[in-house]
Parts: sequence; C-alpha cells; structure tokens
Amino acid sequence: MGLEEKIPSGFLLTTVEKLAGYMRKNSLWPATFGLACCAIEMMAVGSAAKYDISRFGMEVFRASPRQADLMIVAGRVSNKMAPVLRQIYDQMSAPKWVIAMGACASSGGMFNNYAIVQGVDHVVPVDIYLPGCPPRPEMLMDAILKLHEKIYDEKLGVNRAQIIKEVELAAMNAKPTIEMKGLLA
Amino acid sequence: MTTFDPYAPSRDTTEGTVFSVTGGDWDSLIQEIGSTKEERVVVNMGPQHPSTHGVLRLVLELEGETVTEVRCGIGYLHTGIEKNMEFRNWTQGTTFVTRMDYLSPLFNETAYCLAVEKLLGITEDVPERASVIRVMMMELNRISSHMVALGTGALELGAITPMFFAFREREIVLDIFEMISGLRMNMAYIRPGGVQQDLPEGAIPKIRDAVKTMRKNFKDNTTLLVGNSIWLKRTQGIGYLDLAGATTLGITGPVLRSTGLPWDLRKVQPYCGYENYNFDVITADTCDVYGRFLIRMNELEQSLRIIEQALDKLEKLEGAPVMVADKKIAWPAQLALGSDGLGNSLNHIREIMGTSMESLIHHFKLVTEGFQVPAGQAYVAIESPRGELGASVVSDGGTRPYRVHFREPSFNNLQATSAMSEGGMIADIIGAVASIDPVMGGVDR
Amino acid sequence: MTDSGMFGARGTGDTSGYSGLVRTPASTGSSERPYGSYFDQVADDLERAYPEFSQAIERIVVDCGELTLHVKREKLVAVALILRDSLKFEMCMGVNGVHYPDRADREFSAVYPLLSLTHNRRVRLEVIVADADAHIPTLVEVWAGNNWHERETFDMFGIIFDGHPGLTRILMPDDWQGHPQRKDYALGGIAVEYKGATIPAPDERRSYK
Repeated sequence: MGLEEKIPSGFLLTTVEKLAGYMRKNSLWPATFGLACCAIEMMAVGSAAKYDISRFGMEVFRASPRQADLMIVAGRVSNKMAPVLRQIYDQMSAPKWVIAMGACASSGGMFNNYAIVQGVDHVVPVDIYLPGCPPRPEMLMDAILKLHEKIYDEKLGVNRAQIIKEVELAAMNAKPTIEMKGLLA
Repeated sequence: MTTFDPYAPSRDTTEGTVFSVTGGDWDSLIQEIGSTKEERVVVNMGPQHPSTHGVLRLVLELEGETVTEVRCGIGYLHTGIEKNMEFRNWTQGTTFVTRMDYLSPLFNETAYCLAVEKLLGITEDVPERASVIRVMMMELNRISSHMVALGTGALELGAITPMFFAFREREIVLDIFEMISGLRMNMAYIRPGGVQQDLPEGAIPKIRDAVKTMRKNFKDNTTLLVGNSIWLKRTQGIGYLDLAGATTLGITGPVLRSTGLPWDLRKVQPYCGYENYNFDVITADTCDVYGRFLIRMNELEQSLRIIEQALDKLEKLEGAPVMVADKKIAWPAQLALGSDGLGNSLNHIREIMGTSMESLIHHFKLVTEGFQVPAGQAYVAIESPRGELGASVVSDGGTRPYRVHFREPSFNNLQATSAMSEGGMIADIIGAVASIDPVMGGVDR
Repeated sequence: MTDSGMFGARGTGDTSGYSGLVRTPASTGSSERPYGSYFDQVADDLERAYPEFSQAIERIVVDCGELTLHVKREKLVAVALILRDSLKFEMCMGVNGVHYPDRADREFSAVYPLLSLTHNRRVRLEVIVADADAHIPTLVEVWAGNNWHERETFDMFGIIFDGHPGLTRILMPDDWQGHPQRKDYALGGIAVEYKGATIPAPDERRSYK
C-alpha cells in the first residue's frame, strides 16, 4: 500500500489504523452475489422498505466486483457455480471481506449432497458466518455491524504483518474439531 | 492487449478468438475485434450479473447491438433437492420442496402435499379449514411473488422506485406469514394432510387491515408505471411470443395469458376448493412484456378478492380442525407459544405422556419413521405465479419418496428466451427475461 | 449382500407392521374397462385414430384418477403425433425419469404428462427401457418444450434421446462424470464434524431395516 507501510509501530500507526478503519467501515460497498433464497432477504435489506442498509452507506450494490469491498455470498453455492464465485472474489480488489450469509453458504446447510459446496470457505476466505435459513434481515444487519467492528480493528503495516504471523501460528497449532473436547469434557 | 493480465489473455480457440474483458481496456478490445474482420461477437452475460434474474447465464451472439442468437446456460443453482428427498420422510419432503422456487414456497409445498394426499387417497378428507387456509396463504404468496417480479423487473429496466414500493408491500405480506407460520420465507407450513398449525389469535383482523393497506398501496406502482411513456417504450412490442409458440414450448402462466388464452388452473382444474371463490382470470392480447406486466398488476387485485373471501370463510369455520383426522398421518404436536417465546406443546405432551397410549405411539412412529404412502405415481399441477407447477411423485409403498420430480414453470418458460429476444436488441433481452420471471431455484432445483 | 445387525436402511427404509393404509400396489397388468371419466373417450379416440394401437400401447393403467398409457419406444413419436394432432393434447409438461434398479431389463421409466387445452384433459405417457439400451426417440419435433427436459433426463439418468438437437448436460457441470439421480449413485454428502464425533451423511445413517 502506501505511507502506512513505512510508519514504525507506535502511536502514529495506531492512529492511522483507526482512521483507515473508520473510513473503510463506513462506506463498505457490497457486490451483488445473491444466489438463492438468502438473496431475497438481502434484497429486502438493501431496498429501503423496512430494513435499510443505506443508513450504513451500503445501499449501492455494485454490479462490478472491481468497485466492491464486500461480497455477501447469499445462497447455496453449487459445484458449477464455485469457479465463478472464486473468479468474482479474485476480481475484487483488496481490501475485501466476505460474509457467508445463510446456512448453505456457511456450511452447506440442509443440502449435504453431491451438488453443493459444503461451505464457501472451501472456495473463498470468510470473515463472518451468518446462520439462518434464511437469516432475518435484522440478522444480516447484525452481521454487517460485527464486520464493521472487525474492520475498525484491522491493523496496518508492521502491526498487520505481526498479526498475520500470530494468526498463522495459532492456526497451525490448533486442534482439529474432531479432536476437541466439548464443554462437558 | 497492452499489459499482461493473468485473468484476461485472449486465446485462440476452434471457434475463433476469445477475449476476456476486465475493464479499462475497452479501446484496445474494440481495436482488436475490429482488426479481425469478425462481424459477430459472442458475449457472455452472467451467471453473476445484476440484471439476469438470479444465476442465469446468457450467451449472446451480437451483431452490433442486435442479438442474433441467445442461449441460456442454467444449472448454477442445482441443489440435488430431488435426490435429497429420497432419503427423508414424506413430511420432511415439505422442507426441501419449499426451497425450490423460493419466491413462492407455499406453492411448492401445496403441489407436493396435494400429490402425496392423492397417493394416500385422503384428498377428500383434508379438512375444509385447512383448504381455506392453504388458499389464503397461497394468494398472499402470489402477491409477494408478483411484487418481487414487478420490483426486480422494473429495477432491471432502470426504474428504481417501483422496487421500493414493491418491497414495502412484500414486507406487509411477510409480516403476516411470520405471524401465522413463524417464518418469513421457506416456511414448511403446508404439510401432507393439512397445515401445520391453526391461525393464531388476531390473525384475521391483521390480514383484513393488510388487505386494505395493500389495496391503497398498489396504486403507487400503478400510477408510476402504467401509461408511463418511458415504460411503454421499453415494454411494448418487446418479447413477443404468440399462442402457437407458447403451446409448443409448454409455456403457462402470465406468459400464456398474455397471448389472450384465459388458461388458469384455478378455474379450469380447480384444487383446494378454488371453485368456491369468485375471481376473474386476467388476460392481455398484446403478447408482449407490457401485457404480462399488466396481467401481474391486475392479478394482485384478484388475489386480494380471494383473500377477503377466504377470511369470511375462516370466520365461519372457527374451531374446525386443520389436519386430517387420521391420526396415523396427521403430524402431531400443535405448537403453541410458550412462556419463553418458543414453540411448546404442553397440551400435547400432557396427552401423550399422561392419558393416551395411542397418541404416544402415533407420535413416536410418525416422527421417527413417518407414515407410509401406497405405491403408485401421481401428478398434480397447480397455478403458481409463474405458471403450471406440477409435482410428479412416485412411491413404492414406503416411508420415503421414491422419486419426486417437479415440473417447474420457469424451466419451460426460460426456453422461450431465444424465441422472444433474437432479432431484438440487448436491452430488450433484459425486459423479456424479466417478463418471464424465472426463479433459478426452481429451474435448477 | 451379507446381512448383519439391525441397522442399515435398504429399499424404502420403513419398518413394517405400522399403518392403517393397506392398499395392494398396482399389478403389472392393465386396468380393466370401463376406466371412468374421460379416459374411455381418450382410449377410444386413440384407437380410432391410430390403427396399430394394440401393438404400440403395452398397457393402460388407471390409478389415483390418472390415465397412464405405456407406449413402446419405437412407436412413441407416432403416438405422440396422433395425440397432439387428432386428440388435441397440445402441451407436454416435460419428461420425468424414474429408475427402478430391481426391474430387470426394464429399469428406466420416462414419463410424459400431457395436457389438452381444448378438452381440458390430462394423460400420461410412459416409456420403459432397459439400462443396457437406454435410448428413447426424441419428442422435440412434436413438442419443442421437451428440449431442456430431455437434456435434464439425460443428465440425471443417462437416458439418450435419439435425434435430440443438442443432448448435453444441463444441470451438472459439463465435465461431470456419472448420472446423479440414478439409485446406484450415492448422495455424495460428507460427514458433519463435531467435537469428538461425526454425523454421517443422510444416505449412510443408520435406519432400521
């Protein structure tokens, strides 16, 4: 990126991070990636009828992925659609975030079969998973707000490199789900 | 190509050179195409596109602005619902089927349940109150589906305000759905044998209010679009398909009625008691996008009429059962709102644990294994907002469907895209597809 | 197949003994006349218009208020043309395929529901073919709407429609192997992972025999 890469870690860098985070979260532009039923709930959120995301500055659903920051994968992703999904994600320019909206996008949902990708995190990296079938518009707005907080806290420059290293180390040492013990163990 | 872009090299194929446009390189693209002396360009529209109704891929062959060939690529939303249903109960089939055509979930459920009831032989035994509730919910769903069709159709043609009005109406209907069935969409409310549970208190006055509000609000869209000269220019004479084309392609619904033929399954082959309601079949004789738009707008008023008549009937049938009387089929446990806001069935639990052994057995057997449906096959067709929705159900005598196939109206209707759009301009394809109103969940299942 | 234990669904997955509904399934013979409602009329009209009626129609079944004509595949196009032109069944509602792996040499059933707008009638055509020779003549020339339906039946079952203008996969990706809706094609789900356990996919879960 630019100047912020050169700032040494310290008070100046954290101030720049807060400023950049504030700017980014307040004007996220979603890309249209509505696939199935969740897309209709996403349209209900996007249209100004009752649940209105233009209060967050997000009512412009950019058709071109080049101009979008946020991809809300709304609906079930079939095996035929997965390469298209990846291509659209790649065509978005950084910084970009992904919300997996609905049970089908998060994990394959009720369709555990040959045709559906069991979770879009097999194809793109996901920031927020939103359950529901379909999730209510308020739930989608809650997910967007949580994403806003996540964006606000994103680090830049040296801090970012540091965080990435830590996250990778944690992921490598993490136990796979099947070896974890639940709350009762 | 000026700079190397890993996503967009141009490559030579047996069909000619293929260019990938990535933006900002339009000048170089035009130059390259101009130099090849090719007059026809093949353009790929979708599957991710704001104006195609969902994940539809249109492969267009263009000569300037005129479209010489249109081919639809579908299958991007294929979910294998039909195969999934073969491993579940008959009742669980409702939850799968409801997600096929996600804009009209209750129609999917009704077609499936009517076919299962036909195989069970209990079509006459479904209580009248259940049929009236089914009719009312279906007509409400018709309104919400037509609202999305109008809103998104107008949005794709460039009119943004009708979409807001349409979704406002839709929110009113979704509120009613939530009050009655618990969910806004994909409710799984209509089950084989009846409906899941009765209307809650206060539902009928709320629906009456909603009907009054909607009747007033529909005028907003009507004044905005009907007679609007820009809208007329965009929709009149576009997407022409006459009766001969419609019958050979198997087209039904508003597209067929726009050719002038008053074919509505609710009138000619009534189901669920539709013969007892007064309503008109709306037709147009212009065979174009404008005619279909007018048909959908006028069907909204007819749906309101049916809903009012259904409400009158429901008030007379207060207290009647909503599930078939045969306890070996009727889904147990009428849910009620408990003190913690969640579904509770205290009365039912009291009955099965305390008083009646048979109820306990029925409950257990129905929930774990499900009822058995005699072997045979049935085809039931209903009039969904898009056309004839047919459920072809094959049973082998067991507790799971052997084969369920849905004859979705959008699947046939989309085949008309080529007939409607070839020879026209690119912008007219959008209008034609919007007037067909395909829902890709139903097309791909 | 060796059979051990209580679990593992085979066939319909139901436990016998429960149900007040006992209806003997339709046998493999034809229904007897009179068929009821307009079915007799349709059968008589067809016989009048199509002299080779008895060779083409294998059997006529009336069940659940619906008339099904089982047609030999060689005569399918001829029967379809007569139904469309003389008996005015103008619309075909598509093709539905059904796979019966237990019926030796008669595994695939292709079902065509027809609709007559003039007479307001419905009828069903059924063609039965074997797995080893799954070819059916195309009806795209008779009803153009069958184009995509036959492609879908080919995609899902592998039944080849001879004479189809472009028989390719329509719902699955173009390079997919196998035909998903066949009974011997697995559902293809994956086991859902929880902490310390997995839930198997729907077709592998235990179910009482």
